[in-house]
Amino acid sequence: MSLIQVNEVTHSYGSRSFFNWKDRSKKVLSDISFSIEEGACLGLLGSSGAGKSTLGKLILGLERPQNGQILFQGHDIYTADKHTRQKIRRDIQAVFQDSYSSVNPRITAERIIAEPLENYEKLTAAEQKRTIVELLERVGLSEGDLKKYPHQFSGGQLQRINIARAISIKPKFIVLDESVSSLDMVNQKLILELLNELKEDFGLSYLFITHDIKAAYTISDSLGVLEKGELVELYDSKNQFFTSEHPIVKEMRGSILAEHPRFRSIRTRVSRVSHT
Amino acid sequence: MGAEQTNVLQVKDLHVQVKTKDGVIPLVQEINFELKRGRVLGLVGESGCGKTVTSMSIFQLLDRKTTMIEGSIALQGRELNGLTDKEMRKIRGKDIAFIMQNPMNAFTPVFTIGHQFIETIRSHTPCSKKEATELAIETMHSVNLTNPDKLLKYYPFQLSGGMLQRVMIAIAACTHPAVIIADEPTTALDVKNQKKVLFHLDKIRSEFGSAILLISHDLGVISEMADEVAVMQNGRIVEKADVFQLFDEPQHEYTKKLLNARSLLHVDEPIIHLA
Repeated sequence: MSLIQVNEVTHSYGSRSFFNWKDRSKKVLSDISFSIEEGACLGLLGSSGAGKSTLGKLILGLERPQNGQILFQGHDIYTADKHTRQKIRRDIQAVFQDSYSSVNPRITAERIIAEPLENYEKLTAAEQKRTIVELLERVGLSEGDLKKYPHQFSGGQLQRINIARAISIKPKFIVLDESVSSLDMVNQKLILELLNELKEDFGLSYLFITHDIKAAYTISDSLGVLEKGELVELYDSKNQFFTSEHPIVKEMRGSILAEHPRFRSIRTRVSRVSHT
Repeated sequence: MGAEQTNVLQVKDLHVQVKTKDGVIPLVQEINFELKRGRVLGLVGESGCGKTVTSMSIFQLLDRKTTMIEGSIALQGRELNGLTDKEMRKIRGKDIAFIMQNPMNAFTPVFTIGHQFIETIRSHTPCSKKEATELAIETMHSVNLTNPDKLLKYYPFQLSGGMLQRVMIAIAACTHPAVIIADEPTTALDVKNQKKVLFHLDKIRSEFGSAILLISHDLGVISEMADEVAVMQNGRIVEKADVFQLFDEPQHEYTKKLLNARSLLHVDEPIIHLA
């Protein structure tokens, strides 16, 4: 049984009000089906407006899909009984793009990480503190950071705190929605490495939502391509992405920037002026 | 053309300091570089290293009450540092254009694109509204925006980020500036738009011979666009070299670290370059 199974999910936004009988809703996802195995990472690629984040929200249980089901270990996350739902909530965590707006600016790092622990674990104060210090060290921060406020951290450090919060109650699955997109390259690399380590250590599964092909390629085991609400391609092996002949995938591949000036494709024109 | 003339912008011994409660803190130190006609200088470094402060000090956009800018910033032989706001306003947008990271915040949400476009043109060149509109439509065509006459009537929130950034490039281009400062022009855009925006930026460069200061933390953008690269760390330029030389033989430890951060993102080089 797969950890997460998404079955023919369809979702749309927009309203049909009492006075407006016509259906003005806009379909953002149509007939999406895929599954993620335990310990695996699915990279979900797509340009802006493709419906990537909506899919993430549906899986997190933040919005109910209009059609189709989302199963977590075989339980529908929207219709399961209360007890199961509570357990599922704990097993699915999220890390978003904007690390600053994901935390309350008025509380310290310690309390940020403590929040899920307080909700799910009955720990004594000393135990809780020890757990938090361990978590901080696990993500590459130190005990000295406990009493700092969000504005005292850099974006990369704060993203580590978000990750520490997400893994604090030992979830099975994390939705990473553009989690590294707003970081600079050095931090991006470090966070991706951390995520990879955590995946190995805790047997975590990820849904890695991004528009950054290189980042997705680095961390994912399988890749999916979303375009205008449809899952146009789904690869078991990420290398298939580079051999696919699908026009959208080809366009995406064409938009990868060169790794070295030798391979550049934009600056081929010489300036008219500099040569006169 | 002499060597002096090809240097459009020359920054010499630039120091920027900020006054705080705890004393004076240096933001950037000993910045030296020059921009040449039709050439692109890439400025790389991690967040917080002073890239944006450097560009803002060229534009004289920093708050004069709290920051001190020392050194010389010469645009075509004219000293910019210390000019009054009124004089700077004639230069901003005409001789130096600025393309910002977030196109959504760079436009006023309460006026249409056309209003803001025409305002920029008319404040720098004496022409009628009709002529300005024609020029606006023409430059928007050149950055591949379809239906420019319709777009001019739209408000910024009605366009996507990629389109807005192209409008911004069109505005920057229509005054034929000597220098374009592009501060992370594609960071807020998705990959597809990224390449388009860079393509049009380069088109402007080749057509008008503008010098570009391209600020980015993305080495992909740098390797596509730059002639020369300056690497910044902790407010200083630690290495400056030709782009090929920098990628092939990085000298400074920090440059090596940056280049290494990139190598993880292309595990299988040959596969990526199939594209």
